[in-house]
This record gives sequence, C-alpha cells and structure tokens, in this order.
Amino acid sequence: MNWEIVMGLEVHLQLATQSKIFSGSSTQFGASPNVQADAVDLGMPGMLPVLNEEAVRHAVTFGLGIGARIGHRSVFDRKNYFYPDLPKGYQVSQFFAPIVCEGIFEVPLENGSLYPIRITRAHLEEDAGKSVHDEFAHETGIDLNRAGTPLLEIVTEPDFRSAEQAVAYLKALHSLVTYLGISDGNMAEGSMRCDINISLRKKGSDELGTRTEIKNVNSFRFVERAIYSEYERQAEILESGGAITQETRLYDADRDTTRSMRSKEVANDYRYFPEPDLLPIVIDEAYIDAVRQSLPELPTAKRERFLAEYGVSEYAASLLVPNHDMADYFESVAKASGASKLAANLILGDLTAALNRHELSITESPVSAERLGGLVSRVEDGTLSSKLAKQVFDALWEGEGDADQIIAARGLKQVSDSSALEAMVTEVIANNPDQVAQYIAADEAKRKKLSGFFVGQIMKASKGQANPQMINQLLLEKLESQS
Amino acid sequence: MSVTPQDVEKVALLASLAISESDLPEVTERFSRVLNLVDELNTIDTESVTPMSNPHDMEQRLRPDIVTCEDNREALMASAPAQEQGYFLVPKVID
Repeated sequence: MNWEIVMGLEVHLQLATQSKIFSGSSTQFGASPNVQADAVDLGMPGMLPVLNEEAVRHAVTFGLGIGARIGHRSVFDRKNYFYPDLPKGYQVSQFFAPIVCEGIFEVPLENGSLYPIRITRAHLEEDAGKSVHDEFAHETGIDLNRAGTPLLEIVTEPDFRSAEQAVAYLKALHSLVTYLGISDGNMAEGSMRCDINISLRKKGSDELGTRTEIKNVNSFRFVERAIYSEYERQAEILESGGAITQETRLYDADRDTTRSMRSKEVANDYRYFPEPDLLPIVIDEAYIDAVRQSLPELPTAKRERFLAEYGVSEYAASLLVPNHDMADYFESVAKASGASKLAANLILGDLTAALNRHELSITESPVSAERLGGLVSRVEDGTLSSKLAKQVFDALWEGEGDADQIIAARGLKQVSDSSALEAMVTEVIANNPDQVAQYIAADEAKRKKLSGFFVGQIMKASKGQANPQMINQLLLEKLESQS
Repeated sequence: MSVTPQDVEKVALLASLAISESDLPEVTERFSRVLNLVDELNTIDTESVTPMSNPHDMEQRLRPDIVTCEDNREALMASAPAQEQGYFLVPKVID
C-alpha cells in the first residue's frame, strides 16, 4: 500500500547567552558537573528567577527573522512533571502566550525552489539537567550545569511530507539562527535538538493518522534515518491491520531503530499553569523596531544577491550561503580578484577539499581570502592554467607566501607565447609520425580522443606550463594542415 | 462536580503522592467539595474578562546577560543525601 508520511518538528534551540535564562550561572559547555548550577538552578526554596534580557532579544530576533508575529505580552507557565534532572518538579516554559506567534519559514530545497513551512509558535523555556546512567553501578548521576540554559522551542505545523524536506528545514533553520547570531548551532554539544512528530495515512486521504513522537534527535543524518526507520515500523503495523499507539519513542542510532520510552508515558499530563514567580514580558513596537533594524542580511536574501551580483550558479550559491563565514570568505575572494565564478570554483573545489582533509572550518583556513583572491586573479588573467593553479594553491596552503611570490619562486608562469608554443607543437608532431597517421585516418569523434595524446605530450614537454587553450588551437591547425 | 476515586488516584500519581486505600474515600469527598466551589465560580460570566496571569499589575524586569555566580558546588551540595564525583546521586533511573 502507498502511505503518505506527515510530520511536524519541534526544535529545541540553545540560545547564545553568557548566563542562564533565570540566574547568573554560566552556560559554558564542558565544565565539571554542578559547578555552574546556583541556588535558582537547583530549585532551592525561596529562590526567585530573574529573566535574562538577551534571551528575550534572541527570541524576538528569531521571530522577526521568519516574519512571525511577536507576542506583545507573553507569559511563562509551569510544565509539571517529575524527573530527577528537573529539581523544581516543573519546567518554566510558555504555553498559553508564547513570545513568537505564527509565521512562515521558506525553506530552500535542492532544486532551488522554496518550500514554505508554517511555524506554529516559538517559546522561551529553561533546559533541564543531565542524567548520567553509565558512570555509576547502582545510581544515576545528576549534573545540573545545563539546568536553566535558555532554549527557544520552535514548533511547526504538520507540513513535512518527506525526510528530505525535514532535513532541508533543519539545515535552513541552522543557517538562519547562526546568521542571526542567536545560537552557536553546535549540534554535537546539543545546541539544536529535534523532536519529530510522525504519522502515516493512505495517499490521498485528508485525515491525520495516530502519531508517535521521536525525542531528542541531534544530527541531520540521524533525523533522516530516524524518520525512515519509524516510517517502516508504522507501515508494517498498519499493513498487518494493527493500530499505532500514541507514544514517545527514542531513536537508537546503533541499532537504527526507534523504541518506546515507557517511563515517560505515565506523566503525559503536564497541568500547565501561569508561573507566579514571573511577570508577563511586555514587548512594545519601539523594541521590535530596534531589533528589526539590527537584523543582518538573511540567507535567502544573500542567496538572491549572490546569484544576481556575482553570477554564481544556483548550486554554488547553495553551498556558499548556508554558513555565513563561508559566504563572507567568498565575498572577500570575489572582491579581491574581481572573478567571482572562478573564486567560487576554487573555494568549493581545492579549498573545501583541503579544509575537509584537515578537518578545519573556513575560519581556520591557513589560506586567507586575500591570498586566495591573488591566486584567482592570476588564473583570471591567464598567468596560470588550472593545473598550475593547483600547484600554487598547495603552496599557499603550506604558507609559502602569496600567489605572485610563489609563481616567481617556482617559475610557474604559463607559457602563452605563441611562437614558443608553436615550436613545441611542431616538435611533438614531428616526433610522433605514427600517431599523426592514425589521427589523419580517424573520423571526427575519434580525432578528438587522439588529439589528447598530443596535448599530453606538449604539456609534458612544457612541464605543465603551456597554455592549454592555445595548445589546442595550434595543434588542431597543424594537424588539419597535415591531412 | 463529582470526582471518582480513580480521578484521585490519577492526580495522586501525577503529584507523586501516596494515598492509602483507606484514605481514598475521604480524600475523594474533600476533592469533590473543593471542585463544587469551583463549579460555583464557573457560573459567573467571565466572557469579557482577560485571564489574569499574575496578581501584580506590573511587567517583568529583565537582568543583563552577565555571569554573576561563582562555583559554589560544595556548599550547595552539602545537604544532598548522596553525591559522588560532583554528581548528585539518585536511585537508578531507567528509560
């Protein structure tokens, strides 16, 4: 049977703040257990939360980034449940009146089109602590350093119909929030965690099936795999005439399956009520305008601009834009060289390959944008062939100076002097009479192939410095005149 | 509004309270009495009234995003029944 998959996503985004949402404890990752948890985070009696202004600003920034309505008066609520890493017995969240209301997020798909996803809401809340199960034989260890870290939970409508769309959304969201500077987007450290609500229905049906919720998936790849695996599981149950149980499941990456989290089932009744320890957050138009003024250029706009201003391909734009450091680097190289397409090719080719090989990010590149720009200029003006450019790039990477210094030191100038090239061509033709005879006897298609032999010989004779375009032209002329 | 013993058991479970079998009838009765009072309040027309989220007619003050707390783990963990390697220890939790 043909099943349609229907999904909505909830993303927990860790906001980039120095201190926690309701206390002055540090949010820095990786500290020893419980050294960044104060009396407020521990839920000691009599402690009162005080809201962090930066968390509010980040939430409003996000809302404006997706063109959502901002809640002028938003309220915190208590979400009640018992778990050892939640010391107060409730999580402070926003249920009835979130800070960010409905909006539309346009997700660029691989084919270049935009796929609109309806954002239901985004609300501020505090993170819980961390339970450590493996460290101790008979107990569970609790680390409350993460308790009280500010989160923005971003909830979508059930608008996803494929795993590819879900992953495209998460990537675009990751790109947006790092552009906005509201999160470091470090998925390995849990800065972006995703819950997937997923159900199946017969193709063509309008009704929603019973859904399950897969909790806390923290990489793009796992999101894709978790969706496939849960799809298979639900389809199998439905096809054998069974019914889906509404429940929370956990994705187990080692086994590539989802499994039921039975322990959390009982408490699926959170009894939200307004948090009496906090007053409503009131946000006026002046504040919203000020935040709007401070918004940077966003990925969608940058993509459009790169296409129009630099003439790069859709494909190149889709690789250059998502990471704003990469986009900035590209712009610097393009400006330094005045050859934007070549710049894009070199960045996405040799530079990206070298960065990947050394596991470096673009900001850690040993080749500065200015130096790469210098190399691009020498390719653009014909000094270097693409083959020589590769050599110069490797030397740039090794820190041997700028492109011009390397060209001079290694004598790498491309030979574009036509009389010198002509002599080389003549010599190679004279030295290889058999191949020339073969060429003359061959048809059009075969000739193309055979001419590669001569080009190779000439490049060898010139130590790779002959201008390949000129060689091709001269060679053709000479060979044609022989036949 | 009448409350069943099952309702009480569910609420007790959610609140992590133990209510003995023998106390259940009396607790159910008292629950019902409280909810009857709420029923009475529910007869008032509140259609035009904005729900009150806080009795104080004020707005939230915000604090600057500055780290003000030093590591105070030793003192804060002093009253914990069990701890090891800087962790609070609780009975084994299995997911």
